[in-house]
Amino acid sequence: MPDPILELTDVSLAFKGIKAINALSFTVERGEICALIGPNGAGKSSLLNILNGVYRADSGEVVFEGERFARIRPLQAARRGIGRTFQHAALFGKLSVLDNVLAGLTRHSRTTLAEHAFGVFRDRAETAEFRDRAEAILAFLDLSAHRDAIVATLSYGVQKRVDLARALVGRPTLLLLDEPMAGMNQDEKRAMSGFIAQARAEFGTTIVLIEHDIGVIMDLSDHVVVLDYGRKVGDGTPAAIRTDPAVIAAYLGTPH
Amino acid sequence: MPPVASVSALPGAHPVRRALVPTLSARATMLAILVTTAFAVPAVASDYWLNAILIPFLIMALAGLGLNLTMGYAGQASLGTGAFMAAGAYATYNLLLRVPELPLPASLVLGGLVAGLVGLVVGLPSLRIKGFYLVATTLAAQFLIEWVLNQYPWFSNYASSSTISAPRLALAGYDLSRPGGRYLLTLGTVILVTAVAWRLVRSQTGRSWMAVRDMDTAAAVIGIPVAQAKLKAFFVGATVCGIAGALWAFAYLGTVDARSFDLDRSFQVMFVIIIGGMGSLAGSFIGAAFIVLLPILLSHVAGIVFGGAIDGGQLQNLQHILFGGLIVWLLIHEPDGLSALASRLWHRLAART
Amino acid sequence: MSFFLETLAGGLLAGVMYALVAIGFVLVYKASGVFNFAQGAMVLCAALTFVTLRERGIDLWLSGLITLAILVALAVAVERVVLRPLANRPQITLFMATLGLSYVIEGTSQLLMGASVHELDLGIPDTPIELGPIQLSQFDLAAAATAGALVIALSLFFDRTRIGLSLRAVADDPGAALSIGIRLQTLWAVVWAVAGFVALVAGLLWGARQGVQFSLTFVVLKALPVLIIGGFTSIAGAVVGGLIVGASDSLAEIYLGPLLGGSVSTWFAYVLAVAFLLARPAGLFGERAIERV
Repeated sequence: MPDPILELTDVSLAFKGIKAINALSFTVERGEICALIGPNGAGKSSLLNILNGVYRADSGEVVFEGERFARIRPLQAARRGIGRTFQHAALFGKLSVLDNVLAGLTRHSRTTLAEHAFGVFRDRAETAEFRDRAEAILAFLDLSAHRDAIVATLSYGVQKRVDLARALVGRPTLLLLDEPMAGMNQDEKRAMSGFIAQARAEFGTTIVLIEHDIGVIMDLSDHVVVLDYGRKVGDGTPAAIRTDPAVIAAYLGTPH
Repeated sequence: MPPVASVSALPGAHPVRRALVPTLSARATMLAILVTTAFAVPAVASDYWLNAILIPFLIMALAGLGLNLTMGYAGQASLGTGAFMAAGAYATYNLLLRVPELPLPASLVLGGLVAGLVGLVVGLPSLRIKGFYLVATTLAAQFLIEWVLNQYPWFSNYASSSTISAPRLALAGYDLSRPGGRYLLTLGTVILVTAVAWRLVRSQTGRSWMAVRDMDTAAAVIGIPVAQAKLKAFFVGATVCGIAGALWAFAYLGTVDARSFDLDRSFQVMFVIIIGGMGSLAGSFIGAAFIVLLPILLSHVAGIVFGGAIDGGQLQNLQHILFGGLIVWLLIHEPDGLSALASRLWHRLAART
Repeated sequence: MSFFLETLAGGLLAGVMYALVAIGFVLVYKASGVFNFAQGAMVLCAALTFVTLRERGIDLWLSGLITLAILVALAVAVERVVLRPLANRPQITLFMATLGLSYVIEGTSQLLMGASVHELDLGIPDTPIELGPIQLSQFDLAAAATAGALVIALSLFFDRTRIGLSLRAVADDPGAALSIGIRLQTLWAVVWAVAGFVALVAGLLWGARQGVQFSLTFVVLKALPVLIIGGFTSIAGAVVGGLIVGASDSLAEIYLGPLLGGSVSTWFAYVLAVAFLLARPAGLFGERAIERV
């Protein structure tokens, strides 16, 4: 029985007259891992930016959890449970791994400035609770050894994992991953795929991800949407996509 | 390799953390010794040391700390520090004058909070603009507030040329008007404010500030209320600067007018944190020590070398060259300021023992 | 009515002089992406050097040439020693570096040449002349004409020459400019040298108007609102911004000042600039960048 968490209808976006996304429609089911694929410039990152409010669609409709949002801001999107990682990790460079992850819990904070300043009332309990949640995610993603390292000093692969931890710690219902495996070698990719699959299994998080490695996508995802020049050219299970002639013509068949 | 760690893994049993413990307690011991010594200082220090060195050092450190919260931690550059200090000084003055029942600490805190509210308003444009466009809007506040305090004599109780003078400083029956008393008042205030700031920068608020500083777009996306964080940073930073301004007026100079808090003061406080280290509480103190001590040192050295043949104006020019040169050098070679140098030295020493 | 016109005209003339200072900032900003706070110190340094040479009895043109040589050398040195090592740092860091730099330049200038006020006579009479119903200062007119001529010359230089076109390419996209073979080093040197020249002209005009003294560095504070209103990247914007600031400043001084009971010139331009900034965050002529994550 279908239970869509996210529905897009005729979404379009243009920059200075150039269409980045053109009348795009598709649906993401609750609990699935949905991969967006397509050549560079196909509008994949722009689409994620629309979903969590960094950009605003010029037209079309986005329905998340049965609620239509015309103009969502990044903060509101996060508060409604849309998490996100970034193509270039976009971590808080001068903070430790632990602090980066703790920052991801801000939307759950119920304490005020005065409580923080004087360390009174709910502050101590919340600090302890956040710390436990952060430590749990660090352990889950095998990051505990890096807990106190300043993120700017870490390798790219580890930074991508910290980015995932920061998004995951807030327990989003929908998690958007922008090229979580870009620049990784095969071992790292396999590990990252494992973490993503495990996150879905453990927390029931619905995941929309952008990835270029077809092999990884075929193994990891339940559903693939293929974009080309801002248009949808394919939509279905990995097996169906692999044999779709339109997709092969537009994307899989052409070297890039 | 699939992840095998369970979600309920217990935190805390990590070697890195254990290794940190002795360093932390060593630091705490050092801090305790420092604070005790600081309170014992008036017993031995001359009035010159208190008046000309220690009191201005502590107050500049406090002002630097205030700006550091706004600029060093939250990344919101401001040249309105002088204005915030002025707001705090004039507000405290009026509270002391018009509500004499209030004890001194309450007037100081309330005066600081008035400055905080001014800071909140000045910070509003930060919701739309960044970088030195924001610096320009804080400059508007700097000029406007200086003008308002000069223009409307109510603020200085109709004193000539809008000067304000310290009323008798007393707390719980103790007279604090002598240098020793003013020093202890300043020291106590600085310690309390620093303790609060220390808590704050390690709290969720402080993390939000640093997140906004390091990557504001990402901060919003992961659920940090960026606008709120910026305004809080302006409010808290200006409150601290306001308290510093009141102390500058009453515990250090005794009599001030709005020109004591002009743009040069704003620059000076910014230099404190550039030299000491942005995003470091200790940096505010190191930078303030530098700013206060260098001119004194310079005039002593010049006195010895030139034997009084060099006048005050030339000394000031030399000072400007030195400060300016140091700032350029630090920005190029040590953007985290002297505190980063100091902590590297500390770690080297700690590693040796 | 004629009083209003006189105030307005006087303000516009002052505005041209603000624009002149602002253009020094725009050039450097376009080439290096820096708000060069030290431009004010360069103006002071120029005026002080020139007036010191003149007081030693050196010929007018020779003084001008020597000063220009010193300014160009200074500008190029600043670019080499300070800005190049700071390439790719946040803008605000660059701004703070130029702030430190302005302390160095101003301190050195005054250390070597003294801090007293010098008269500077450029040989332009300062008698009022009648223009229809209004009276204007002849010096202001001459200064505005000079500034205006310089603005036009600079616009032509940057619109028509190879260097100018390169500058536009660099301002648009440093990477692309590099790949089409523009020598950034040469470009930077030229732009900073021109900024030094602009500082010289501004220093002479402002110095002749209000005496050569430390307060000349404050022209940077007058130029900042001009830049905010006009945008940091547009010469035309600097001119329009200068005129807006000049005119509104002198009108506010006459009509708003008495209402508030005092001179408003220290802050009016800034409050105006903030209002513009909130309405148009990139300035009247600036372009807003799309943020990417």
